[in-house]
Amino acid sequence: MLIQVLFHLFAAILILAALGVITARNPVYSALALVMCFITSAAIWLLIEAEFLAVVLVLVYVGAVMVLFLFVVMMLDINLAELRQGFTRFAWLGWLTALAVIVEIVGVVWARGALGIDPGHGGTPEPATYSNTLDLGRVLYTHYAYPFELAAMVLLVAIVAAIALTMRRRQGLKYQDIGRQVAVRPADRVRLVKMAPEKRP
Amino acid sequence: MITLAQLLTLSGILFALAVAGIFLNRKNVILLLMCVELLLLAANFNFIAFSRYLGDINGQVFVFFILTVAAAESAIGLAILVVLFRERRSINVEDLNTLRG
Repeated sequence: MLIQVLFHLFAAILILAALGVITARNPVYSALALVMCFITSAAIWLLIEAEFLAVVLVLVYVGAVMVLFLFVVMMLDINLAELRQGFTRFAWLGWLTALAVIVEIVGVVWARGALGIDPGHGGTPEPATYSNTLDLGRVLYTHYAYPFELAAMVLLVAIVAAIALTMRRRQGLKYQDIGRQVAVRPADRVRLVKMAPEKRP
Repeated sequence: MITLAQLLTLSGILFALAVAGIFLNRKNVILLLMCVELLLLAANFNFIAFSRYLGDINGQVFVFFILTVAAAESAIGLAILVVLFRERRSINVEDLNTLRG
Protein backbone atom coordinates (compact mmCIF):
# COMPACT_ATOMS: atom_id res chain seq x y z
CA MET A 1 0.00 0.00 0.00
CA LEU A 2 2.76 2.41 0.98
CA ILE A 3 4.70 1.32 -2.11
CA GLN A 4 1.69 2.13 -4.28
CA VAL A 5 1.35 5.61 -2.74
CA LEU A 6 5.07 6.28 -3.20
CA PHE A 7 4.99 4.99 -6.76
CA HIS A 8 2.13 7.29 -7.72
CA LEU A 9 3.78 10.23 -6.00
CA PHE A 10 7.08 9.70 -7.80
CA ALA A 11 5.35 8.98 -11.11
CA ALA A 12 3.42 12.26 -10.83
CA ILE A 13 6.62 14.19 -10.07
CA LEU A 14 8.37 12.41 -12.95
CA ILE A 15 5.69 13.33 -15.48
CA LEU A 16 5.52 16.94 -14.28
CA ALA A 17 9.31 17.22 -14.48
CA ALA A 18 9.29 15.74 -18.00
CA LEU A 19 6.69 18.35 -18.97
CA GLY A 20 9.00 20.96 -17.49
CA VAL A 21 11.91 19.69 -19.58
CA ILE A 22 10.06 20.09 -22.85
CA THR A 23 8.25 23.37 -22.14
CA ALA A 24 10.68 25.43 -20.05
CA ARG A 25 11.67 28.77 -21.57
CA ASN A 26 15.26 28.60 -20.37
CA PRO A 27 17.54 25.61 -21.15
CA VAL A 28 18.96 25.84 -17.62
CA TYR A 29 15.49 25.14 -16.20
CA SER A 30 15.14 22.27 -18.68
CA ALA A 31 18.39 20.74 -17.46
CA LEU A 32 17.32 21.10 -13.82
CA ALA A 33 13.94 19.52 -14.59
CA LEU A 34 15.79 16.65 -16.28
CA VAL A 35 17.81 16.19 -13.07
CA MET A 36 14.49 15.92 -11.24
CA CYS A 37 13.36 13.30 -13.78
CA PHE A 38 16.44 11.19 -13.15
CA ILE A 39 16.16 11.43 -9.36
CA THR A 40 12.49 10.38 -9.32
CA SER A 41 13.27 7.59 -11.80
CA ALA A 42 15.99 6.36 -9.46
CA ALA A 43 13.45 6.40 -6.62
CA ILE A 44 11.01 4.32 -8.68
CA TRP A 45 13.79 1.89 -9.61
CA LEU A 46 14.52 1.52 -5.90
CA LEU A 47 10.84 0.69 -5.34
CA ILE A 48 11.00 -2.11 -7.93
CA GLU A 49 14.19 -3.50 -6.37
CA ALA A 50 16.71 -2.47 -9.01
CA GLU A 51 18.94 -0.85 -6.39
CA PHE A 52 22.25 -0.93 -8.24
CA LEU A 53 20.90 0.73 -11.36
CA ALA A 54 19.12 3.37 -9.25
CA VAL A 55 22.41 4.32 -7.62
CA VAL A 56 24.24 4.25 -10.95
CA LEU A 57 21.58 6.49 -12.47
CA VAL A 58 22.09 9.09 -9.76
CA LEU A 59 25.89 8.85 -9.86
CA VAL A 60 26.38 8.77 -13.62
CA TYR A 61 23.49 10.87 -14.84
CA VAL A 62 22.85 13.42 -12.12
CA GLY A 63 26.50 13.51 -11.09
CA ALA A 64 28.23 13.56 -14.44
CA VAL A 65 26.06 13.85 -17.54
CA MET A 66 23.71 16.54 -16.26
CA VAL A 67 26.58 18.56 -14.84
CA LEU A 68 28.11 18.41 -18.31
CA PHE A 69 24.80 19.56 -19.80
CA LEU A 70 24.52 22.45 -17.34
CA PHE A 71 28.13 23.39 -17.99
CA VAL A 72 27.60 23.53 -21.76
CA VAL A 73 24.27 25.38 -21.44
CA MET A 74 25.85 28.03 -19.26
CA MET A 75 29.05 28.25 -21.34
CA LEU A 76 27.27 28.95 -24.63
CA ASP A 77 25.85 32.40 -25.14
CA ILE A 78 22.63 31.43 -26.86
CA ASN A 79 20.12 33.75 -28.42
CA LEU A 80 17.00 32.33 -26.80
CA ALA A 81 14.47 34.50 -28.60
CA GLU A 82 15.56 33.16 -31.98
CA LEU A 83 15.43 29.58 -30.78
CA ARG A 84 11.98 30.04 -29.25
CA GLN A 85 10.67 31.49 -32.48
CA GLY A 86 8.06 29.20 -34.02
CA PHE A 87 7.76 27.23 -30.79
CA THR A 88 4.02 26.78 -31.24
CA ARG A 89 4.09 26.18 -34.98
CA PHE A 90 4.31 22.39 -34.81
CA ALA A 91 3.22 22.12 -31.17
CA TRP A 92 -0.17 20.69 -32.12
CA LEU A 93 1.58 17.95 -34.10
CA GLY A 94 3.82 17.16 -31.13
CA TRP A 95 0.96 16.93 -28.66
CA LEU A 96 -1.09 14.89 -31.15
CA THR A 97 1.77 12.41 -31.59
CA ALA A 98 2.24 12.19 -27.82
CA LEU A 99 -1.47 11.57 -27.34
CA ALA A 100 -1.49 8.87 -30.01
CA VAL A 101 1.52 7.11 -28.45
CA ILE A 102 -0.02 7.24 -24.97
CA VAL A 103 -3.40 5.95 -26.18
CA GLU A 104 -1.80 3.11 -28.09
CA ILE A 105 0.49 2.01 -25.27
CA VAL A 106 -2.22 2.26 -22.63
CA GLY A 107 -4.60 0.36 -24.90
CA VAL A 108 -2.12 -2.45 -25.47
CA VAL A 109 -0.94 -2.70 -21.89
CA TRP A 110 -4.29 -2.60 -20.17
CA ALA A 111 -6.06 -4.94 -22.62
CA ARG A 112 -6.06 -8.23 -20.73
CA GLY A 113 -4.07 -10.94 -22.45
CA ALA A 114 -3.02 -8.72 -25.35
CA LEU A 115 0.66 -9.17 -24.61
CA GLY A 116 0.31 -12.91 -24.11
CA ILE A 117 1.19 -12.34 -20.45
CA ASP A 118 -0.66 -11.02 -17.45
CA PRO A 119 0.63 -7.50 -16.74
CA GLY A 120 -1.63 -7.26 -13.67
CA HIS A 121 1.15 -8.23 -11.27
CA GLY A 122 4.82 -7.44 -10.96
CA GLY A 123 7.63 -9.84 -10.19
CA THR A 124 7.84 -11.84 -7.00
CA PRO A 125 9.35 -9.70 -4.23
CA GLU A 126 12.89 -10.69 -3.32
CA PRO A 127 13.78 -11.76 0.23
CA ALA A 128 15.43 -9.25 2.56
CA THR A 129 18.83 -10.93 2.14
CA TYR A 130 18.76 -10.48 -1.65
CA SER A 131 21.55 -8.32 -3.07
CA ASN A 132 20.82 -6.80 -6.45
CA THR A 133 24.43 -5.68 -6.87
CA LEU A 134 25.74 -9.18 -6.16
CA ASP A 135 23.30 -10.72 -8.59
CA LEU A 136 24.14 -8.21 -11.32
CA GLY A 137 27.88 -8.45 -10.78
CA ARG A 138 27.79 -12.22 -10.91
CA VAL A 139 26.35 -12.08 -14.44
CA LEU A 140 28.29 -9.02 -15.55
CA TYR A 141 31.74 -10.37 -14.74
CA THR A 142 31.16 -13.88 -16.09
CA HIS A 143 28.69 -14.08 -18.90
CA TYR A 144 29.01 -10.46 -20.00
CA ALA A 145 32.73 -9.98 -19.33
CA TYR A 146 33.58 -9.33 -22.96
CA PRO A 147 30.77 -6.78 -23.58
CA PHE A 148 31.72 -5.16 -20.28
CA GLU A 149 35.26 -4.54 -21.57
CA LEU A 150 33.86 -3.31 -24.86
CA ALA A 151 31.77 -0.80 -22.90
CA ALA A 152 34.94 0.41 -21.23
CA MET A 153 36.51 0.87 -24.66
CA VAL A 154 33.45 2.83 -25.82
CA LEU A 155 33.87 5.16 -22.86
CA LEU A 156 37.58 5.57 -23.56
CA VAL A 157 36.93 6.42 -27.20
CA ALA A 158 34.26 8.89 -26.09
CA ILE A 159 36.69 10.61 -23.74
CA VAL A 160 39.37 10.84 -26.44
CA ALA A 161 36.87 12.09 -29.02
CA ALA A 162 35.37 14.71 -26.70
CA ILE A 163 38.80 16.06 -25.74
CA ALA A 164 40.08 15.99 -29.33
CA LEU A 165 36.99 17.83 -30.56
CA THR A 166 36.96 20.61 -28.00
CA MET A 167 40.71 21.20 -27.54
CA ARG A 168 42.04 24.20 -29.41
CA ARG A 169 45.47 25.77 -29.59
CA ARG A 170 45.26 29.50 -29.30
CA GLN A 171 47.73 31.58 -31.27
CA GLY A 172 50.15 33.82 -29.42
CA LEU A 173 50.23 31.93 -26.15
CA LYS A 174 53.69 31.38 -24.64
CA TYR A 175 54.24 27.77 -23.63
CA GLN A 176 57.18 26.35 -21.70
CA ASP A 177 59.10 23.59 -23.48
CA ILE A 178 60.13 21.53 -20.49
CA GLY A 179 62.41 19.23 -22.51
CA ARG A 180 64.48 22.09 -23.84
CA GLN A 181 64.58 23.71 -20.40
CA VAL A 182 66.03 20.55 -18.89
CA ALA A 183 68.45 19.88 -21.74
CA VAL A 184 70.02 23.31 -21.64
CA ARG A 185 73.72 23.63 -20.63
CA PRO A 186 75.41 26.58 -18.94
CA ALA A 187 77.51 27.20 -22.04
CA ASP A 188 74.33 27.95 -24.03
CA ARG A 189 73.17 30.65 -21.65
CA VAL A 190 76.21 32.33 -20.07
CA ARG A 191 79.16 33.73 -22.01
CA LEU A 192 82.24 34.62 -19.98
CA VAL A 193 84.18 37.49 -21.48
CA LYS A 194 87.79 38.28 -20.69
CA MET A 195 88.49 42.01 -20.66
CA ALA A 196 91.00 44.35 -19.20
CA PRO A 197 89.95 46.33 -16.13
CA GLU A 198 88.79 49.82 -16.84
CA LYS A 199 90.94 52.68 -15.61
CA ARG A 200 89.44 55.20 -13.22
CA PRO A 201 89.15 58.43 -15.14
CA MET B 1 3.16 -4.17 -5.26
CA ILE B 2 3.86 -2.22 -8.43
CA THR B 3 2.43 -4.03 -11.42
CA LEU B 4 3.98 -4.39 -14.85
CA ALA B 5 1.07 -2.50 -16.43
CA GLN B 6 1.68 0.55 -14.23
CA LEU B 7 5.38 0.66 -15.13
CA LEU B 8 4.74 0.22 -18.83
CA THR B 9 2.14 2.99 -18.76
CA LEU B 10 4.53 5.32 -16.98
CA SER B 11 7.32 4.63 -19.44
CA GLY B 12 4.90 5.08 -22.34
CA ILE B 13 3.86 8.50 -21.04
CA LEU B 14 7.51 9.46 -20.56
CA PHE B 15 8.37 8.32 -24.08
CA ALA B 16 5.42 10.25 -25.56
CA LEU B 17 6.40 13.43 -23.69
CA ALA B 18 9.96 13.14 -25.01
CA VAL B 19 8.68 12.71 -28.57
CA ALA B 20 6.49 15.78 -28.12
CA GLY B 21 9.55 17.62 -26.81
CA ILE B 22 11.44 16.82 -30.01
CA PHE B 23 8.60 18.39 -31.99
CA LEU B 24 8.40 21.44 -29.72
CA ASN B 25 12.11 22.23 -29.41
CA ARG B 26 13.15 21.27 -32.91
CA LYS B 27 15.48 24.30 -33.26
CA ASN B 28 17.49 23.93 -30.08
CA VAL B 29 20.13 21.20 -30.28
CA ILE B 30 20.67 21.11 -26.50
CA LEU B 31 16.97 20.48 -25.88
CA LEU B 32 16.99 17.78 -28.56
CA LEU B 33 19.83 16.01 -26.75
CA MET B 34 17.90 16.25 -23.48
CA CYS B 35 14.81 14.77 -25.13
CA VAL B 36 16.93 11.86 -26.42
CA GLU B 37 18.06 11.27 -22.84
CA LEU B 38 14.39 11.13 -21.79
CA LEU B 39 13.65 8.62 -24.56
CA LEU B 40 16.48 6.39 -23.34
CA LEU B 41 15.21 6.68 -19.78
CA ALA B 42 11.77 5.50 -20.89
CA ALA B 43 13.35 2.55 -22.70
CA ASN B 44 15.33 1.69 -19.56
CA PHE B 45 12.09 1.69 -17.57
CA ASN B 46 10.71 -1.00 -19.87
CA PHE B 47 13.86 -3.12 -19.57
CA ILE B 48 13.81 -2.99 -15.77
CA ALA B 49 10.05 -3.60 -15.59
CA PHE B 50 10.29 -6.74 -17.71
CA SER B 51 13.46 -7.84 -15.92
CA ARG B 52 11.57 -7.73 -12.62
CA TYR B 53 8.44 -9.29 -14.09
CA LEU B 54 10.27 -12.22 -15.66
CA GLY B 55 12.79 -12.57 -12.81
CA ASP B 56 15.62 -12.34 -15.32
CA ILE B 57 18.67 -10.24 -14.38
CA ASN B 58 19.84 -9.93 -18.00
CA GLY B 59 17.44 -7.04 -18.60
CA GLN B 60 19.21 -5.02 -15.94
CA VAL B 61 22.60 -5.82 -17.50
CA PHE B 62 21.23 -4.38 -20.73
CA VAL B 63 20.18 -1.19 -18.90
CA PHE B 64 23.72 -0.93 -17.59
CA PHE B 65 25.10 -0.99 -21.13
CA ILE B 66 22.48 1.48 -22.34
CA LEU B 67 23.54 3.88 -19.58
CA THR B 68 27.17 3.52 -20.66
CA VAL B 69 26.49 4.17 -24.31
CA ALA B 70 24.12 7.05 -23.51
CA ALA B 71 26.78 8.73 -21.37
CA ALA B 72 29.30 8.41 -24.21
CA GLU B 73 26.73 9.70 -26.67
CA SER B 74 25.91 12.80 -24.67
CA ALA B 75 29.60 13.56 -24.06
CA ILE B 76 30.41 13.44 -27.77
CA GLY B 77 27.17 15.22 -28.68
CA LEU B 78 27.93 18.10 -26.35
CA ALA B 79 31.52 18.28 -27.63
CA ILE B 80 30.23 18.55 -31.20
CA LEU B 81 27.77 21.19 -29.98
CA VAL B 82 30.58 23.28 -28.46
CA VAL B 83 32.65 23.07 -31.67
CA LEU B 84 29.57 23.97 -33.69
CA PHE B 85 28.89 26.99 -31.51
CA ARG B 86 32.48 28.18 -31.93
CA GLU B 87 32.16 27.96 -35.70
CA ARG B 88 28.68 29.38 -36.15
CA ARG B 89 27.92 31.35 -32.95
CA SER B 90 24.55 29.55 -33.02
CA ILE B 91 23.03 26.20 -32.11
CA ASN B 92 19.95 26.64 -34.24
CA VAL B 93 19.24 23.55 -36.33
CA GLU B 94 18.16 25.75 -39.23
CA ASP B 95 21.65 27.27 -39.46
CA LEU B 96 23.17 23.87 -40.18
CA ASN B 97 22.79 23.98 -43.94
CA THR B 98 26.38 23.77 -45.13
CA LEU B 99 25.77 20.53 -47.00
CA ARG B 100 22.81 21.93 -48.88
CA GLY B 101 23.60 22.02 -52.62
